[in-house]
Amino acid sequence: MRYLPLSDADRADMRARVGVSDIDEIFADIPESARLKGLLDLPTRQSEAGVERDLARMAARNTTASQVPFFVGAGAYKHHVPATVDHLIQRSEFLTSYTPYQPEVTQGTLQYLFEFQTQVAALTGMEVANASMYDGSTGTAEAVLMAHRITRRQKAVLSGGLHPQYREVVEGLSAMANDRTVALPADPAGTEDILAAIDDETSCVVVQSPSFYGQLIDLKSIAEKAHAHGALLIAVFTEVVSLGLIEPPGAQGADIVVGEGQSIGNGLNFGGPYVGLFATRQKYIRQMPGRLCGETVDANGKRGFVLTLSTREQHIRRDKATSNICTNSGLCCLAFTIHMTLLGGEGLKKLARINHASAVKLKAALQGVPGVQVINDAFFNEFTVKLPKPAAEVVEALAEKGVLGGVPVSRLDPGKPALDDLLVVAATEVTTDEDRAAFATALKEVLA
Amino acid sequence: MSMNNQGRPSAPAETAAVATHETFTGNKALQMEEPLLFEIGRTDICGVDLDEPEDFAPALGGHARTAELDLPALSEPETMRHFVRLSSKNYAIDAGLYPLGSCTMKHNPRLNEKMARLPGFADIHPLQPLSTVPGAVDLIAELAHWLVTMTGMEAVAMSPKAGAHGELCGMMAIKAAHKAAGRDPKIVLVPESAHGTNPATAALLGYKVVAIDAREDGTVDTQAVKDKIAEHAGDIAGIMLTNPNTCGLFERDIIEIAEAIHAADGYFYCDGANFNAIVGKARPGDLGVDAMHINLHKTFSTPHGGGGPGSGPVVLSDRLAAFAPLPFLRKEGDGVTWVETEAELREGESPFGRMTAFHGQMGMYVRALAYMKSHGADGLRQASEDAVLNANYVRVGLQDLMSLPFGERWCMHEVLFDDTFLKDTGVTTLDFAKAMIDEGYHPMTMYFPLVVHGAMLIEPTESESRSALDLFIATMRDLVMSAQKGETDRFKGAPFHAPRARLDETRAARKPVLKWERPEPRKVQPEAAE
Repeated sequence: MRYLPLSDADRADMRARVGVSDIDEIFADIPESARLKGLLDLPTRQSEAGVERDLARMAARNTTASQVPFFVGAGAYKHHVPATVDHLIQRSEFLTSYTPYQPEVTQGTLQYLFEFQTQVAALTGMEVANASMYDGSTGTAEAVLMAHRITRRQKAVLSGGLHPQYREVVEGLSAMANDRTVALPADPAGTEDILAAIDDETSCVVVQSPSFYGQLIDLKSIAEKAHAHGALLIAVFTEVVSLGLIEPPGAQGADIVVGEGQSIGNGLNFGGPYVGLFATRQKYIRQMPGRLCGETVDANGKRGFVLTLSTREQHIRRDKATSNICTNSGLCCLAFTIHMTLLGGEGLKKLARINHASAVKLKAALQGVPGVQVINDAFFNEFTVKLPKPAAEVVEALAEKGVLGGVPVSRLDPGKPALDDLLVVAATEVTTDEDRAAFATALKEVLA
Repeated sequence: MSMNNQGRPSAPAETAAVATHETFTGNKALQMEEPLLFEIGRTDICGVDLDEPEDFAPALGGHARTAELDLPALSEPETMRHFVRLSSKNYAIDAGLYPLGSCTMKHNPRLNEKMARLPGFADIHPLQPLSTVPGAVDLIAELAHWLVTMTGMEAVAMSPKAGAHGELCGMMAIKAAHKAAGRDPKIVLVPESAHGTNPATAALLGYKVVAIDAREDGTVDTQAVKDKIAEHAGDIAGIMLTNPNTCGLFERDIIEIAEAIHAADGYFYCDGANFNAIVGKARPGDLGVDAMHINLHKTFSTPHGGGGPGSGPVVLSDRLAAFAPLPFLRKEGDGVTWVETEAELREGESPFGRMTAFHGQMGMYVRALAYMKSHGADGLRQASEDAVLNANYVRVGLQDLMSLPFGERWCMHEVLFDDTFLKDTGVTTLDFAKAMIDEGYHPMTMYFPLVVHGAMLIEPTESESRSALDLFIATMRDLVMSAQKGETDRFKGAPFHAPRARLDETRAARKPVLKWERPEPRKVQPEAAE
């Protein structure tokens, strides 16, 4: 077995040294009735070449985003990631290190976490950020719990523009934690009256912008109303590149900003691993979930970094902790940090302009297809179209023509006939004029 | 898991025992000083070539960014240097032995990385039509098959994103099962030696945590469990137990404990963090477990990446299988269906909700399956045996000098010492750990489990060769004897050869600085002004 350094002779010597003739003597504490005698009913070991062959065959059955005209978004986005990013995150010293609990020999990880926190705070326009969450959806659920701790209220109001799966994650955890959620009906055009839903029992209002449907939302008025009632505004985004072009939530009065960072530095990976971004105001840091990296000095007076404020965390506070989470998305935030370093603020702004321009062109292309109506007036790199047929059928028919043409809303929010003909489409910097033309042509044929 | 030096500020060194020769740059041969990227980056460059869009006509509806975005960039070569230099300040399993108990720092095969980067896995979208990703669904189904077979369980919830998220998933399934039975019990039993995530998870779901004492021998006191069950009769939701436990011992009375909790209408949650000790040797399903998360990054070698990403699928007994969260796999004839929404449910399926958007940690699934296929049933059992043999080899090699809190009994994949052997030496557990750094080792897990004073938990894993273990044992013996001889200079203020001396954690916590701030601009001298 290529991964195991012990030879049979080593094993025999070592068994003699510890005083057993048969390895099973060491496992004597396992109750006899539960001890496995033979091998598990699973295949035996394979060579490296054999494993490669098996997995490559499986992979080959999937249609990749790069192979076809591709317009799928709704929470995960196809972007170009510079080769430098993947090269650097595969360095052994990053890839195979553990949580930086021994700061003297983990300054590499700690420094990039500090850089990551600085970048996320700047992007979101907030005062502080943590060292990442699992992803945007779990981060949103944690933000709601945090708002409940701060306000000592238990009712969260969820916008109808929130990603339906984010909504489900929030609702599930809140219900289990004996909290309440009020979810507004689906809001494709961004016209819901969320202000009317805010009252003196509200702990937080959760609003996504750009919304699941792509619509840009004015957060300022929502923040004002929430604050007037002693509630917090949790601003959510799933497309971090949008922050290069639109007003950041921090500048609009958000109290907690949470979002998905996958678009910067991280691939699609069929949904994970991703990287949750989480930022808030300075006054709330002791209620913030997740890991924090802070600056300090060493015994020689040199600047260095350590994990800090761990007295909020589960390994100190146990059942009084701000969250049960004990890990973050370390390597994914490294990828994020490297990509953001290459871009810088100006690069991100330019990337955002390219993305937006790409979507504006897509809108023009699709509006030329008879029967297609664009729902959103203000959007970033994705928007929703209304089709004359059920969107799920249209997407399957498009796939048969070699076009991955977006996400039918009914896939995430089924059983609501009013949503069945809605399709969320996204374009990014990798979308070409040919892709857009192919989409429009295929859609014309499918709808004909 | 997180238990190293937690909450204990490390004292700064009073004197550096090794003379240091200062250099102009601050660099010393390969030991580079690296500024923050904000200090070396500039706003007039970009490390990515991007073309301005033609005919840019925004449709932002008054939402355009007006706030400043002050983030400098580095060119590509500067970026390479910055992060390569940072990487050189990290200890990693590829650099040396990393005996962190309960963390399982084992070899991370690069084949796994290569497989996860196949475009057919890495470049597919979670919401593209399932008809275009049959290979991805097959991969998840195959991994699920390996997991339920290894654990002897009925079903598996794949989507939890890490171990603690898996705990949450398992406990949510238990809560849902009670609710379905019309019950609402309030108590969860958790041993004192449990990972901090266990009580935190139970509390997050509104449960009251009742601690269970350990016996003298380091295992859970079965009678104490029964007493607590009797005390809270009718109000027991379940127990959260780690097995093998955090003292490196197998809970011998596990079946009796499971039966007691079942008799009280409770469920048995097993923290599966240490499953790597028993793969192929015992199946949790045969021990009476109802739910257990599996840290793919521990048992199946997906890299820890400086603290994540993890992946924590949860195996479920037949009593809990129906409550598995969305999305889940439904077996149908020879094939499987990926069930994403409530609209697709059939009779008898009652998922409690959803743990995360999309499908979970696909990238980790690929790595774990590559690892499993590389080992096979025979190799997985061998790996567990080697991990346990290595730990006992270290125990036998050190037990005459270091102190074993629970006597000379077999340990599983990790061996627990305490600090009795440092008594009256003036050397603390922390000093001892930091001195290990100077010898080229990452320290072991310290101060955990909490039930032992000055705990030192060593997990060599199956990745270590006999010669690596021999050198490690010899080094530890040398350190112990050095401490006992009163050579405190070697310990106080250690490490002396790391990129940083001990860091002031108290200062970091007292006045938190969590991001870089641009320094105030220096006042321009009048004569220098234009």
